[in-house]
Amino acid sequence: MRNLVYAASDAAVIVWRNVIKIKRVPDMLVYVVLSPIMFVLLFAYVFGGSIVIPGGSYREFLIAGIFVQTVVFGASLTGAGLAEDIQKGIVNRFRALPMSHAALLVGRTVSDVVYNALSLLIMALTGLVVGWGISSPVLDAVAGFALLLLFAYAFSWVMAYVGLLVPSVEVINNASFMVIMPFTFVANTFVPAENLPPVLRTFALWNPVSAVTRAIRELFGNIPAGTPPPEVWPLQHPVLYTLLWTVLLIAVFAPLAVHRYRTSGRRA
Amino acid sequence: MITIAGPRSKGAQYIRAMPNLVEASGLVKRYREVTALDGLDLEVAEGSVLGLLGPNGAGKTTAVSILATLLDPDAGSARVAGVDVVASPREVRRRIGLSGQFVAVDEHLTGFENLVMVGRLYHLGRRRARDRAAELLELFDLADAGGRPVKTYSGGMRRRLDLAGALVAAPPVLFLDEPTTGLDPFGRRQLWEVIRGMVGGGTTVLLTTQYLEEADQLADRILVIDHGRAIAEGTADELKSRIGAERIEVTVTDAAVLERARQVLARFAVGEQQTDARSRSLITPIAGGAPVLTAALHELQRARIPVRDVGLRRPTLDDVFLTLTGHVSAPEEQGG
Repeated sequence: MRNLVYAASDAAVIVWRNVIKIKRVPDMLVYVVLSPIMFVLLFAYVFGGSIVIPGGSYREFLIAGIFVQTVVFGASLTGAGLAEDIQKGIVNRFRALPMSHAALLVGRTVSDVVYNALSLLIMALTGLVVGWGISSPVLDAVAGFALLLLFAYAFSWVMAYVGLLVPSVEVINNASFMVIMPFTFVANTFVPAENLPPVLRTFALWNPVSAVTRAIRELFGNIPAGTPPPEVWPLQHPVLYTLLWTVLLIAVFAPLAVHRYRTSGRRA
Repeated sequence: MITIAGPRSKGAQYIRAMPNLVEASGLVKRYREVTALDGLDLEVAEGSVLGLLGPNGAGKTTAVSILATLLDPDAGSARVAGVDVVASPREVRRRIGLSGQFVAVDEHLTGFENLVMVGRLYHLGRRRARDRAAELLELFDLADAGGRPVKTYSGGMRRRLDLAGALVAAPPVLFLDEPTTGLDPFGRRQLWEVIRGMVGGGTTVLLTTQYLEEADQLADRILVIDHGRAIAEGTADELKSRIGAERIEVTVTDAAVLERARQVLARFAVGEQQTDARSRSLITPIAGGAPVLTAALHELQRARIPVRDVGLRRPTLDDVFLTLTGHVSAPEEQGG
């Protein structure tokens, strides 16, 4: 019990340390605050006129996709942050302290939740300005935001493992771009998945990113009335499918990352 | 020119009676083909400073990493403050401070925030962590800079902050891995003063360095290692006495007269003389100290050999190193 309290307090210290950086590191501010605003505005005004959503407005459709893409990309902050800590040697300081090893990673991944919550707030406000809205009960909307943060949190563990595997900030940034970009584009995020060519379409329909996007569209009441129901199971049960992926990602990658962190320095 | 107090050979006998706070025996660590440690034994008595001296790649950092629980040894055992480093790493970490070869501070945090973070991770509690951080900033002459992000700090300030981080929990045992790497001579002296202060307060220190002068200045005992093995151990004076004689070092103004100078001084030599044409210098081992130097100077004057510089020199640890290992220690510019 005492150890658990210490571990939680250690993780909280790490979160505090990472959150301070929003104020100090301009890149961080751009990444967390400005680029989400830019994405919302770009997509809304550039594609907004050209992409037609049957029975609804593109801006209404789009915002959920932007939310998902932004929070999933937010996970790369964990990868890059860990890689930077290793590169700069500060990890050796942490490793020589009587702190819980898992606490560093928990603190790191929870920091992403804080960043993502901030990004979401900013995007939601920007979204309201460009014509997006929530037309569902408050509790549903809260559940939507919670689901987003939870799914992104699971993704942070994937990136934590990758960050420990290839401890180079540049590699992480490239790798996350190469992996996250297809996942967030070959989905129903920015266009209806049904319109994609066959192979991509199958991928998109089973892509967990599509499920979480569909889930929050439902929870925010952003699905136009009269839209035909989805044809595949994941999109018929998007919340459940998202939760399954969340559990799966954490169950696989959290132990991998912790193990990697425990042993990596011992080999170096 | 600042004059520094001589080697701290004080009380060596007394120190030997103290229990060992760091003990390692038969440490072995291999990385694929490279054997970083090859059966290293070492002991540091409570309240004393052991200087682990060796060139790059000698195994110094590996040894410290094992003692500080960052690495597991392939063979051998070690106890720090009475606790086994392999069996109870976390207990060891409560009792040690580590300042590594590379500064481990977060450059986006302020100096104060860095120390508070470390204090909280030692579980000092919010209040005590803040008090301790302020105290250490004061002690390390960083109080004015404490509110600034570390990225605005000079190399010397970062080093001092890093060292302060190692002291947050006032640990009984301190590992300093090449603590002055990358510092200018002034910064180095400043840091030496700080380290002396800590040792004066009773901290047990294991210090690695490739700066021979540093071991001479700070360490009670020196363990010379090369290729992962101890090759000599003793106080600085003991090591120097192994090399034997004092020597006269003469630098002439013209390399052409170097050989003539050698012949003139040959009759004072108690061992082999060395000349180096590039630096136009001549080393002549002697016995008898200053009177011999005076006589030698007189002879050089009589032979009308123009002398740029002359001095009586006791062997340095560089000489010790060269004699023990057959190669000189790494050049200082290489740092790390």
